[in-house]
Amino acid sequence: MATKKKSAATAWDRVKLARDAKRPHLKDFIALITEDFEELHGDRLVNDDRALIGGFATVDGVKMLILGHHKGATVEENMEANFGMVNPDGYRKAMRLGKLAEKFRLPIVTFVDTPGAYPGDTAEARGQAEAIAKSLEVFAGLKTPIVVVITGEGGSGGALAIAVGDKVLMMENAVYSVISPEGCAGILWRDGKEAPAAAEALKITAADLARLGVIDEIVKEPAGGAQKNHAAAANNVKKAVLKALKELSSLPIEELMEKRYAKLMKMGRFN
Amino acid sequence: MGWFEKKAVKAEIPPTKALWAVCPKCKSHMAKKKWKDNNSICPKCNYHGRLSARERIRQIADEGSFEEMFREISYSDHLDFHDATGDYKSKVEATIAKTGETESIVMGRATIGGHKVMLGVMDFSFMGGSLGTGTGERIAKACETALAEKRALVIFSASGGARMHEGILSLMQMAKTSAAIGKLKDAGLAYISVLTDPTTGGVSASFAMLGDINITEPKALIGFAGRRVIENTIHQKLPDDFQSAEYLEKHGFIDKIVERKDMKAFIAKMLGYFTANN
Repeated sequence: MATKKKSAATAWDRVKLARDAKRPHLKDFIALITEDFEELHGDRLVNDDRALIGGFATVDGVKMLILGHHKGATVEENMEANFGMVNPDGYRKAMRLGKLAEKFRLPIVTFVDTPGAYPGDTAEARGQAEAIAKSLEVFAGLKTPIVVVITGEGGSGGALAIAVGDKVLMMENAVYSVISPEGCAGILWRDGKEAPAAAEALKITAADLARLGVIDEIVKEPAGGAQKNHAAAANNVKKAVLKALKELSSLPIEELMEKRYAKLMKMGRFN
Repeated sequence: MGWFEKKAVKAEIPPTKALWAVCPKCKSHMAKKKWKDNNSICPKCNYHGRLSARERIRQIADEGSFEEMFREISYSDHLDFHDATGDYKSKVEATIAKTGETESIVMGRATIGGHKVMLGVMDFSFMGGSLGTGTGERIAKACETALAEKRALVIFSASGGARMHEGILSLMQMAKTSAAIGKLKDAGLAYISVLTDPTTGGVSASFAMLGDINITEPKALIGFAGRRVIENTIHQKLPDDFQSAEYLEKHGFIDKIVERKDMKAFIAKMLGYFTANN
């Protein structure tokens, strides 16, 4: 620790910031960046999953669909939101609303902040694997611009299910990983307490992901982290989202689709 | 995800003594030879055990038709990944030396009952069948070839999920393979997914669940989250048949459970329907 400098936040420091209960969550971003938001409920099959929220929104006059994981700041909010852990119904709602946006040519902005998809017996019975798989296929093919913002925890498949898009933005202290550091440490270190080492090895910070070509842009946070100043954090996100949307909406749809496909195919193509 | 790292269970030939096999599902003992002679199927409970990719290809592709592709696409240690038990590179090189495979899926052109296909078969003995960047790239390339040559795609999955040693780019293979398969299906080409024991985590949550039809074998384990993780979440014991092929079929996620002896004929028959007017 003696060598630790003020700029050298470790991966584990970022994990703690990304999970900070005081960090701005979806409802804060909606309140701070939209002039209008109308939530739309339900998957039209069985349920309205409260861990994944969607609705039409207007940001600086631009009309769009917002989708995002819902995490709360209090125990009550988190009980309602299932701590941001989505059931299959939530992903099916996201697909339904995504198709609605495509039909009416509205761009989609997603906010990603989840520890992971809900690991429950009823989630399995209703096809958690199928719902995530189908989301990946559907969002890869939606003929409308998609901007993704990783705002907090990008927890594995449960995050990725709404994180396929044309531009992926990531907040400075957010993390995005194939498995939680605790989960990885439990398997490869045989000790969940080695999570900081696993976090380092997995390369999960915004800077790492930019280097790996997984994200397109890092969104700056106020000094000390987004939890210190929601308004400033949200304003940075708003500016980055609007800039990305402007860029994407100038592309003919065929070109947009080709670029999105090429972007996905490039992931992990080495030579 | 990741429980494939546990080295104790090698289910293809359930361990104990040199001559004895134990069915991992019903725990009944039998001579190893009996297990092998029965095509790795338990004579007592009909659990369909694991096969190597090569053995599966021998049973599914028309004789002499399999032409392997993309063998040069292998793993990538772009994170220079080390953990408490060593480094990824040594582990995967040892796996390559032991299995003779260079990735967790073997892919190539084949015919099945005369139908032209791209056939991909995952091998659980290669890093637990985990989805690495090489695995995803082979599947994406297979989709491109299938599109160019108007072939159906048939994939046999067997996997614990994403390969965490390859970090976030392993996760991205879920999106990559799903997008490539979506494009294939949009072009009117068929994709048959066969989920074999076990297919879980990031593989069940991507290409394995996206078949025009999804089929499986008796008693295969198929699911998203691990049983123990779920039990710890809901604080309840789960029933024995949870996440079994039969459970998945009952809940509507599998078109049919097919016995190994009927698998090739069933796939050929489905391809016959798919190509009848197309």
